[in-house]
Amino acid sequence: MTLAPERPLTVTPARPERPVGGTLVDQFELGLDAPICLTWELTYACNLECAHCLSSSGRRDPDELTTEQCEAVIDELQRMQVFYVNIGGGEPTIRPDFWHLLEYAVAHDVGVKFSTNGVRITPERARFLASTDYVDVQISLDGATAEVNDYVRGPGSYDTAITALQNLQDAGFVDAKISVVCTRENIGQLDEFKALADSFGATLRLTRMRPSGRGADVWDELHPLPHQQRELYDWLVAHGENVLTGDSFFHLAAFGEPLPGLNLCGAGRVVCLIDPVGDVYACPFAIHDQFHAGNLLRDGGFDNVWKTSPLFTELRSPQTGGACTKCSHFDACRGGCMAAKFFTGLPLDGPDPECVKGYGETALAGERTIPAQSQDHSKSNPTRNQPVMLQLLTRRPDGSSDGSGAPVSACAESPLAGFSPTDPTGDPLAAASPSGGCGCSAGGAH
Amino acid sequence: MLDEPWTLSPSVALRPEPFGALAYHFGTRKLSFLKRPELVAVVRGLGDAPDVRAALVAAGVPDAQHDAYAAALEGLAATDMIRPRTEVLA
Repeated sequence: MTLAPERPLTVTPARPERPVGGTLVDQFELGLDAPICLTWELTYACNLECAHCLSSSGRRDPDELTTEQCEAVIDELQRMQVFYVNIGGGEPTIRPDFWHLLEYAVAHDVGVKFSTNGVRITPERARFLASTDYVDVQISLDGATAEVNDYVRGPGSYDTAITALQNLQDAGFVDAKISVVCTRENIGQLDEFKALADSFGATLRLTRMRPSGRGADVWDELHPLPHQQRELYDWLVAHGENVLTGDSFFHLAAFGEPLPGLNLCGAGRVVCLIDPVGDVYACPFAIHDQFHAGNLLRDGGFDNVWKTSPLFTELRSPQTGGACTKCSHFDACRGGCMAAKFFTGLPLDGPDPECVKGYGETALAGERTIPAQSQDHSKSNPTRNQPVMLQLLTRRPDGSSDGSGAPVSACAESPLAGFSPTDPTGDPLAAASPSGGCGCSAGGAH
Repeated sequence: MLDEPWTLSPSVALRPEPFGALAYHFGTRKLSFLKRPELVAVVRGLGDAPDVRAALVAAGVPDAQHDAYAAALEGLAATDMIRPRTEVLA
């Protein structure tokens, strides 16, 4: 058994005193009455087997919420005035009731942005989506070329995504999103991604690769190198508000001026995740027992979990200790990403593994234990959709690492995907549409 | 603005928060944050007040702060969170 590092425990009052006015970051750190950005993964089933899937998706979980239970969740979100939800998976569109739940949510004042690999975005569905208001579509693509994309997302996945984008454009769908997880392989393609998005009338969204889920297995190989972090930062500064980031690169703020957005870890404060079986986690990148706040079926509903979970209460208390708080750049990066630290076996009050000041590399070189996954819905046998790189890396249950001899069962063809608010300081009275804090619209397999 | 009648946009919902409120525009899908409870009271009261100044007075905002609040309201108007009220005369 692998021991996971403990979250640092702090003793805090149930509700810290809240300042009046101040910056939004100050307010958001203390939490909100309901999340701004809620990710809801509808299923662990997926037609793809992306090497870096942050939810280790592949197979449906038998305990996934039923249609009626999903409708009850939407009713509760409407009561809580959660105005939109980021739906992901797995691949959400392969749930037979996906389109029904989409319409149900919109009819109940809960807007939907969903992430998909595009497998079910047929010309007919694209026309339906173009006819709806209040629905956003995000297509996952991790390479501007098939070669780079399919290396991590599997054979044919580039063509699937491009076909979906073409169908959306042909149907007159306005402003689809292309969502890219930034890796060592694709940082050099940022201009190509932008050109691709422009050609489809789409908006580019770049997010950080996390060592979560199966991402832990390939993080060493795929996470951007230090000089690429700088390249990415400069590119983001140059392109500003025209490129979405889900606020996920705030660890790069220590390079200089902060990036657009709140530069805040939103986990359990303004952001959280509901997984397919109703488990509530602090953020989409933290599907692990350590960040499990409760279950909406067993613990009195989502509202109750959000407001009373001890984990969330703790996350809403200020960080007062640890190595990072003594660093002169702490105000810029706020110590980086909790999930990135946890899944690389680093202490949560220490540096981010990709700390731009280099403290992460020092920490990674030291003594650490990578925590075991607490759930895995990966397919047990390889299918034709498996990325080639996975065959090299897959750890088979029988101990062999050779994926070649396993038969592909007839039912292995199966059902996944991935998934943004802006005035960090500004007016003391009101602030216009801020980014919602990191983790906002993260979703699915990145 | 202070002497004009204004109102909350019909497509906007206000969600109470400990610091004030979150305003969401269903048409533009934009979020805004009202960072003081007094501003929330002003925005909620706009539609029933003869003009913005009356809404400020009703919410207990001191005269000296009226200009600052008007600036904040201009910001909200820029994203259609609030809009001028066109009176229909009988």
